[in-house]
Amino acid sequence: MENMLNVYLFGKKYEIPAGLTIMTAMEYAGYELVRGCGCRNGFCGACATIYRIKGQVELHGCLACQTEVEEGMYVATLPFFPLEKRIYSIEEIKPDQQIMMQLYPEIYACIGCNACTKACTQELNVMQYIAYAQRGEYEKCAEESFDCVMCGVCSSRCPAGISHPQVAMLARRLNGKYIAPECGHLNDRVGEINEGIYDAEIAQLMAKSVDNIQEIKDMYNNREIEK
Amino acid sequence: MYKIDRLNELAKIVAEKREANAALEPRRMTAEEKDDLLSHFHPDYKQDEFTVLSAGVNKGDKVPTQLAELLQGKSRISADSVDLSKPDYDTDVLIIGGGGAGASCAIEADEAGVRAMIVTKLRIGDANTMMAEGGIQAADKPNDSPAIHYIDAFGGGHFAAKPELVKKLVTKAPEAIQWLNKLGVEFDKEPDGTMVTTHGGGTSRKRMHAAKDYSGAEIMRTLRDEVINRGIPVIDFTAAIEIILDENGRAAGAVLMNMETKQLLVARAKAVVIATGGAGRLHYQGFPTSNHYGATADGLILGYRVGAKLLYADTLQYHPTGTGYPEQIFGALVTEKVRSLGAKLVNIDGEVFMHPLETRDVTAASIIRECTARDKGIETNLGKAIWLDTPMIELIHGEGTIEKRIPAMLRMFGKYGIDIRKEPILVYPTLHYQNGGLDITDECATGVENLYAAGEAAGGIHGRNRLMGNSLLDVIVFGRNAGIYAAAKAKETAVPEKLTLAHIEKFNRELEECGAANDTASPMLLPHYARKDM
Repeated sequence: MENMLNVYLFGKKYEIPAGLTIMTAMEYAGYELVRGCGCRNGFCGACATIYRIKGQVELHGCLACQTEVEEGMYVATLPFFPLEKRIYSIEEIKPDQQIMMQLYPEIYACIGCNACTKACTQELNVMQYIAYAQRGEYEKCAEESFDCVMCGVCSSRCPAGISHPQVAMLARRLNGKYIAPECGHLNDRVGEINEGIYDAEIAQLMAKSVDNIQEIKDMYNNREIEK
Repeated sequence: MYKIDRLNELAKIVAEKREANAALEPRRMTAEEKDDLLSHFHPDYKQDEFTVLSAGVNKGDKVPTQLAELLQGKSRISADSVDLSKPDYDTDVLIIGGGGAGASCAIEADEAGVRAMIVTKLRIGDANTMMAEGGIQAADKPNDSPAIHYIDAFGGGHFAAKPELVKKLVTKAPEAIQWLNKLGVEFDKEPDGTMVTTHGGGTSRKRMHAAKDYSGAEIMRTLRDEVINRGIPVIDFTAAIEIILDENGRAAGAVLMNMETKQLLVARAKAVVIATGGAGRLHYQGFPTSNHYGATADGLILGYRVGAKLLYADTLQYHPTGTGYPEQIFGALVTEKVRSLGAKLVNIDGEVFMHPLETRDVTAASIIRECTARDKGIETNLGKAIWLDTPMIELIHGEGTIEKRIPAMLRMFGKYGIDIRKEPILVYPTLHYQNGGLDITDECATGVENLYAAGEAAGGIHGRNRLMGNSLLDVIVFGRNAGIYAAAKAKETAVPEKLTLAHIEKFNRELEECGAANDTASPMLLPHYARKDM
């Protein structure tokens, strides 16, 4: 006999086999999911969920696809949360402190309650990355927020109305484009290709791919492999 | 710790041999050994899992049975279900699918100055792109070249790819990385800007660029942000269920369905791009999948019904290292980067039974052989699996490497009490990628005029097997390519006047005549996971 747990989906009780995730528990209960289900592997943030264990005070944030059901779990999915994303041109902005003040001034209203960090489904230090954003330290903000899946549970708990994932998104783009070091060999190679210096070699390979497959096979099977 | 005691005992054998195994450089298989292995153990060779198509442009070709059922399935509408004379949306380039290819396509079409619009049955970014962990290939290092990349990709695909598509893939690769970087995508770099690159299965140079093991997520969220910044309309939770043609047989829009209200809508466009991704959720041969929820081959169905040809629809990629245990993440992807960083595949006796970086099809077949014919797999409650010795990574590269380079893997297993820094993990092949798809030219054109395809929905770029890191690359290169050429086509096309869905009845008749008609609603749109036997 399977170990069955009492799980409350939107307040309604279902008996669910232990070991299922919240997402598969919903499907076990008969739900055909349209919203609140995306990659099913913890990368897309579609299945943001909040829950509380009956009799306990603490409210938890999680991804439904990555969280096992527990006895007495009260579950409410958060299939959409109205994050505020500001519009900008990545070409026209600069990685200075002003840009955050212009686009996301509400981050300076953070009261330091740390509810965002406690709610994070990825166990990120959300309040810390917001602090970095406030100070214009975008490289640190980008690193601290890197694993964010933009599920929005942090923002659902924020008394200052901050849309943390969008703030972090801006910081990462600023870091990726303007702050991280330029890649010389990449720019060189793009230049070489545009000059056409590989054209003849590629054309030969293409011709052999059609007319002389054995030669290509030999080249492939005997190619040198970098250690 | 594993919840099953026996697994902890067996893991000790792996630990005992770890140092010796780490020092090994296993030999690579010969071409003959690989051919023999594939023909006996790769799922693509299981003839009774395929069905020969009786209708449509690929009549006579074999495809996976589940795909055949949908290709020869029943349209969700008939021509009189919708009023085509009053389109709900009017645009220049209609892009079906909101993944990496669709988003790249939209940005380029917008850049070209035409109106682009994305429709997606889930949200923009709910796509396999988001889940790509390991990285993206580009030959941009001094010891590498597009020609070497060409040989790796063409050979890895068993010499079956279309040469002009491989050319585009490899010669546009460095530019794709540069384009992403300029949009603000973060790549792992040395302090001087040099890209941190590693091997993937079947690469002869270290050309795998990554953003930790969130490579696809980092790319996808940036593309999504850019699409929104540009004000490109994204119609989410809205599936395309039929392509609309004009009186000259050119693609001219699509019938859409609101996924929640089931309302039908008409989108008219001058050019249509199918960027709907793969088919993992069809669970071919009963395999679990690493794919996202919406990977149900919709674009193949839409294209096939209006006469677009499929290429290599019979070749699928089973990623060698799907999660074999625990059940909550069964089939979830364990990135190839784990092996790129040095972890080896080990059997129940603690033996390294192959080189860990053979191409994916060979590696998957080898794991299946180890678990079946050789009976050296590790039995769990979910079937047999093989060890992937993750602690080897830190033995080779030092403590902290796993947290820094593959944090998503550490988190995914950590949630179930397995510390991949200290314990090996269990893996078994999972349905990962559709190697084939809609046949395209190097301008992303299908055989139907004004109908384009890009990304996993397109075929011919990877031949019969795709290398790690060439898919993220493909969605960017060919997504952009489709945007450029579809925009150009839209500019020279007048607003279609007479829209028609006559192809539905025509295809139905063909199905009836050959006796292949079935009642399966197609495209599938979403898998049916809700428990029915209550």
